[in-house]
Amino acid sequence: MLFRFSGPIASVVMLAFLLAGCAPPAQRQGLQQVGGTVNVLAVWSGDEQASFLAMVEPFEDRTGIRVQYEATRDLNAVLTARVQGGNPPDVAGLPGPGQMIELARGGRLVDLSGVLDRNAMAAEYAEDWLKLGQVDGKQVGIFTKSALKGLVWYSPKEFNRAGYQVPRNWEELMTLSRRIAEGGTTPWCIGLESGAASGWPATDWLENIVLRQSGPDVYDQWHQGKIRWTSPEIRTAWETWGQIVANERMVLGGRQGILATAFGDAGNPLFTTPPRCYLHHHGSFITEFFTKANPGLKAGEDFSFFSFPQIDTKYGEAVEAAGDLFGMFKDTPQARELMRYLTSPEAQEIWVKRGGALSPNKKIPLSSYPDDLSRKMAETLTGAKIVRFDASDLLPEAMNSAFWRATLDYVNNPNNLASILGNLDQVQADAYRNR
Amino acid sequence: MDRAFLAIGVVMVASLAAIAYAIAAERLVGLFPNRHQPVVRPWLWLAPTLVLLLAFLVYPAIQTLYLSFQNANSTQPVGLANYQFVLTDQTMLVALRNNLIWVVVFTTLTVGTGLIVAALADRVRYESVIKAVIFLPMAISFVAAGVIWKFIYDFRPPVLPQTGTLNAALMALIPGFEPQAWLVNSPPFNNLALIAAAAWTWTGFCMVVLSAAIKGVPAELLDAARVDGASEFQVFRHVTLPTIAPTLGVVSTTMVIFALKAFDIVYVMTNGNFETEVIANRMYKEMFNVRDFGRAAALAVMLLAAVVPIMLINIRRFRQQEEGR
Repeated sequence: MLFRFSGPIASVVMLAFLLAGCAPPAQRQGLQQVGGTVNVLAVWSGDEQASFLAMVEPFEDRTGIRVQYEATRDLNAVLTARVQGGNPPDVAGLPGPGQMIELARGGRLVDLSGVLDRNAMAAEYAEDWLKLGQVDGKQVGIFTKSALKGLVWYSPKEFNRAGYQVPRNWEELMTLSRRIAEGGTTPWCIGLESGAASGWPATDWLENIVLRQSGPDVYDQWHQGKIRWTSPEIRTAWETWGQIVANERMVLGGRQGILATAFGDAGNPLFTTPPRCYLHHHGSFITEFFTKANPGLKAGEDFSFFSFPQIDTKYGEAVEAAGDLFGMFKDTPQARELMRYLTSPEAQEIWVKRGGALSPNKKIPLSSYPDDLSRKMAETLTGAKIVRFDASDLLPEAMNSAFWRATLDYVNNPNNLASILGNLDQVQADAYRNR
Repeated sequence: MDRAFLAIGVVMVASLAAIAYAIAAERLVGLFPNRHQPVVRPWLWLAPTLVLLLAFLVYPAIQTLYLSFQNANSTQPVGLANYQFVLTDQTMLVALRNNLIWVVVFTTLTVGTGLIVAALADRVRYESVIKAVIFLPMAISFVAAGVIWKFIYDFRPPVLPQTGTLNAALMALIPGFEPQAWLVNSPPFNNLALIAAAAWTWTGFCMVVLSAAIKGVPAELLDAARVDGASEFQVFRHVTLPTIAPTLGVVSTTMVIFALKAFDIVYVMTNGNFETEVIANRMYKEMFNVRDFGRAAALAVMLLAAVVPIMLINIRRFRQQEEGR
């Protein structure tokens, strides 16, 4: 009886195999066209994603390689999962030099010295930027975008209207905050929510406080795991931060507002009528969020920044830098082309021109920056005397996520500081074992 | 586009492979003498499933058990150290407490609401509409449900207009209401916000199963009870409930298992922050963030140990039900 069906069954089986094997027509093979696809994973979504896609558009047109971009805020976990599962992206943004070390030692990252022109890199990048992307002497990560952290954003228009002055040090900043609070408005806007990475903006606060309060040496020991979280210098930094976040009158929405507001939206109340807050601490890339959410804002008039104020005059001139590291997981011709492109001045200039990005590439002229404000930020980055890289990005993964969670716990319950720091010490004891 | 072709191809090849195997198995069975055929046939039919189960369920379970006694990168045995961590660490204890809250509240909410709706809808003409509406949330993924409810619970500082549905609605209805950050405030009660989102998704399942069970209660029993002078509530309590008790048991145990496994909702809405951590989320973090495979394995084994007794109860009840037919 079954034989009656064998004919139709056989033909259907053949049809199925044909369909499964069907592929789209091969990419156009032109003179410089390589064709194929390259798989990219990074944290940028929304407007930042639009900027990244704009950055790679000339690359796609020129080489015919299609860029398949995926965004996730939970980059650490997704990257680990895919690497462990044997399905890594071709090219990916790395969460930071800290996690880059772990990936490189596990043999997951491709050595970029075979991909990038060493002389061009030496000419275009400062030594410090290149060193941050090296593990055991091999270049495994390269910066495609940089950022300046420790900037306090304010609206010059509103400051003038209310008669406020830009503070020159921490004392003046606190006096100004109290003055604004007495005027009936909460002085600060803070937002820590960021999906699985919630808490990371708070690490910028603490890093800048530690850098200016205890100096670059303590800062270095801190992220290297050489001093404990319960040590007096680090504890004082948290308590200093607590002067703002633990005080309900200091921040818009109080502690609930801090924890529940997304980091990209937190600065918008600066620009409402009347403004709901006057000060917002964030990195240089926040300008893109400002202008997209509030079209018509003019850099310099409606929003400007002053550097995080001095706390101890000994360490006055320190600056905190950060950047987006890219690494290669699979050595394919398409991935190589993309890495070469992303590190070139012409690619980085595209995002710089759109606003919200600074570039570590020395070949990009100051004139590419869209406004005086960005130029000022670029100059601050290159001209500062003491520069330190974002400490939380240098931490091992486990320490970093514990840090994020600790900041949220602290805002939720500032009285628990001792036990929060104790927990961080416990994580620290374990987290540096691979260094 | 090529993915669409691949998907169609896979579906067709898989179905045809199954049919081809069935045909081949029958031919094979036919080779045995007639009296042996009923013995051989079930094993041959079960063989592919058993192989897949062994490869993808039994072997990984055994390997996980093995890994739970090893260190972080599985190079050295560490005895019971991982289990000790799992049962004593502060965050772990919070996660255990939360899972307990989930088990109690989630099960009560879903089974209770499902039962009430099933019982009441049974008597109304527009029953199918009600059941469809309540069952609809099951059609979406739990991640999508998490995102939806995250928007509903959204909080803005009181001076700004509220974008979260719940806060906006309560502000409109109750004068002087201060918007709350539902997912952040007053742990452990913020767990209830998460449980509500999960219950919204799963009540439909309980309701549908219990509705079928209620309709299976013999009408003669109900009529006899009414004739004897029982009120509707007494009929429900003394006739319907005991009759559907096995189904109630099965549904409850399924919900308990789900509560123990809860992950998507927690991951999407709070990622375990603000004391909403659960075991499954912790396991994910240990696995992919901290990369401590020993601890992650210990958590998985613990979860399995918590679920297995409940599964056994479930299976026994199911068997009793089958025997009762």
